[in-house]
Amino acid sequence: MNIVVCVKQVPDTTARKELGPDFRLNRAALESVVNPFDEYAIEEALRLKEANGGEVVVLVMGPPSAEDIIRKTLAMGADRAVHVTDPALAGTDWSGTCAVLSTALRRIPHDLVLTGTESTDARSGLVPGGLSEALGIPLVTYAVKLELDAESIKVHRQVPGGYQEVQTPLPAVVSVVKGANEPRYPSLKGIMSAKRKEIQKLTLADLDIDPASVGLHGARTVVTASQARAEKSSGEVARPETPEEAAVIIADFLQARKYI
Amino acid sequence: MDFSVPDDVKLLQSTVREFVRDRLAPLTMQVEHDDAVPSEVLQEMKDLGLFAIPFAEEYGGGGFGELGYCVAMEELGAVNAAYSNIIGGHCSLSGAAIALAGSDHLKQRYLPAMATGEKLGAFALTEPNAGSDAAHIQTTARRDGDHYVLNGSKLWVSNGPMADLYTVFAVTDKEQGSKGVTAFVVDRDTPGLTIGKVDEKMGLRGSKTSEIFFDECCVPAENVIGEEGRGFRVAMQTLDGGRIALGASCVGQAQTALTMSIQWSRQRVQFGRPIASNQAIQWMLADSEVDVHAGRWMTYHAAWKIDSGQRASHEAAVVKVYCSEMLNRVVDRAVQVHGGMGYMKEFDIERMYRDARIVRIYEGTSEIQRMIIADDLLRDE
Ligand SMILES: Cc1cc2nc3c(=O)[nH]c(=O)nc-3n(C[C@H](O)[C@H](O)[C@H](O)COP(=O)(O)OP(=O)(O)OC[C@H]3O[C@@H](n4cnc5c(N)ncnc54)[C@H](O)[C@@H]3O)c2cc1C
Repeated sequence: MNIVVCVKQVPDTTARKELGPDFRLNRAALESVVNPFDEYAIEEALRLKEANGGEVVVLVMGPPSAEDIIRKTLAMGADRAVHVTDPALAGTDWSGTCAVLSTALRRIPHDLVLTGTESTDARSGLVPGGLSEALGIPLVTYAVKLELDAESIKVHRQVPGGYQEVQTPLPAVVSVVKGANEPRYPSLKGIMSAKRKEIQKLTLADLDIDPASVGLHGARTVVTASQARAEKSSGEVARPETPEEAAVIIADFLQARKYI
Repeated sequence: MDFSVPDDVKLLQSTVREFVRDRLAPLTMQVEHDDAVPSEVLQEMKDLGLFAIPFAEEYGGGGFGELGYCVAMEELGAVNAAYSNIIGGHCSLSGAAIALAGSDHLKQRYLPAMATGEKLGAFALTEPNAGSDAAHIQTTARRDGDHYVLNGSKLWVSNGPMADLYTVFAVTDKEQGSKGVTAFVVDRDTPGLTIGKVDEKMGLRGSKTSEIFFDECCVPAENVIGEEGRGFRVAMQTLDGGRIALGASCVGQAQTALTMSIQWSRQRVQFGRPIASNQAIQWMLADSEVDVHAGRWMTYHAAWKIDSGQRASHEAAVVKVYCSEMLNRVVDRAVQVHGGMGYMKEFDIERMYRDARIVRIYEGTSEIQRMIIADDLLRDE
């Protein structure tokens, strides 16, 4: 079983973000991390490998600095990584990302492609679908549980109000939801062995991709304006007299919003 | 000159930081209240590899060297000095003595099990009549065929009640003074070894210390660390590394006290404005920042010297005295910035103030460090 996990480098989610005049995120100043949504996909891949054997390959498209987050995924337990990096990729949107990742995926043997559901910076959530389309293989989104057998995979999908069970032949693209598992910390042994694991670097030329088809020029989406998020309002303050009263207020609040 | 932290050490740092934030920080009050770290949490720390960081990879260790070890101790100290004390007794003291001077046989036998945390180590040097004057210990080891027979008692042994093995210093030749001291590894289940009562301390709750007694305790000669008569040197060399790592824990503790002081001084409003708008408070914050910054970089520098194969005894003494004293200054200011809140048990600062006091005493008091430093300065040309 060969599993490829697509992972993105994103700015630290807790950092203050600023947009440049071109509406692009000013990334240089920010610490970067593994896209938190992708950690669930990595964890799922490692568990499938531990149960069924095989190899976990991490596929990353990103600047040279993405090597830091690649090392972390290797330290968590991935066997090797493929890093597509090329100056012409700056400004690539979801469509270019899908073209690049799917081209790279054709060169990496895979039975299963796992992704997070979205990235914390762009939040389009379009890549899993784009990959399945480009590769011509099935797509199952919002997986909370994956069960493998030789030729197919059974996936529990999260849907409003419950779960849906889907079975699909392999290879397939599956996006894993946040909370599907508890992503592991890299062990210290893992950090040391990550130093010796292979990171294969690929450029656009290596993948025979025309640089004009990707990057800012090849992007099919254009950001035309941006607006700061409205300040959070102070909310409602209740001043109950007793704990019982407080419990009722909270329960009513949650029920009115259909949380319970 | 290159001040950058290597990539693998950075990843180690962020990993320990995340683990500390998610798994250890929420337990601080519980550990303080129960005076114990839950065993399942200790197991998680072991699984992560925290008991292995400085040991060589060939013995199952993390192979991160002194710098990696210091960076991890900084993160552990930042959340609760009890954790860095447990790891310190195990790695910097007990394990380091075996790693520095032990035979290959001893290293093979003990270090891999210590690295996984399956065996916990402790370091037993201090005695009722020998604290600062460690060369005048009275515990004896008498050669008897292929064994040594130990008699005597040790005091305030960190990890003492929980340890599986003890690095013990005893006198093999009374005539020779400090050259008559020998170091041993003693397994906990050795007949004649008993553990005394667990000490009631001012702070460091969660890290246990106790007395250890030896009564006709028979230890195989192969358990000698290094050679007979070299024990005092082993102790001093071990303490060099230990003092640097202790400095790192102080840096972590001081950083937390400073960060909390910054937050509090912004929030707390008196006379209609945050107390942080008073220069009196600002200067306390600035002084603490200077302290922490100096402590951190002298610690990293000393660790770097060790990792590049140089001796750092002098630096270790400088780091120990500076970092322990700067931590006490910083937590004292933190209490001041917090006012009455800093005196309340419901706030971390109160615990940190008590925890900080020990660092000027153990692993060589401030006075002893100054003696070492002055000795170096005044030694004949
Ligand atoms: C919580 C805790 C944990 C500990 N853990 C361990 C452990 O794991 N293993 C271990 O072996 N020990 C341990 N110790 C013991 C510790 O290392 C000793 O307490 C320390 O070395 C000081 O010895 P002492 O307490 O006997 O003080 P003393 O040596 O009696 O010193 C008392 C005072 O006199 C000063 N003084 C002594 N001699 C001189 C001198 N020549 N010139 C100037 N001033 C001097 C000292 O600096 C100090 O201020 C621990 C102690 C504590 C409290």
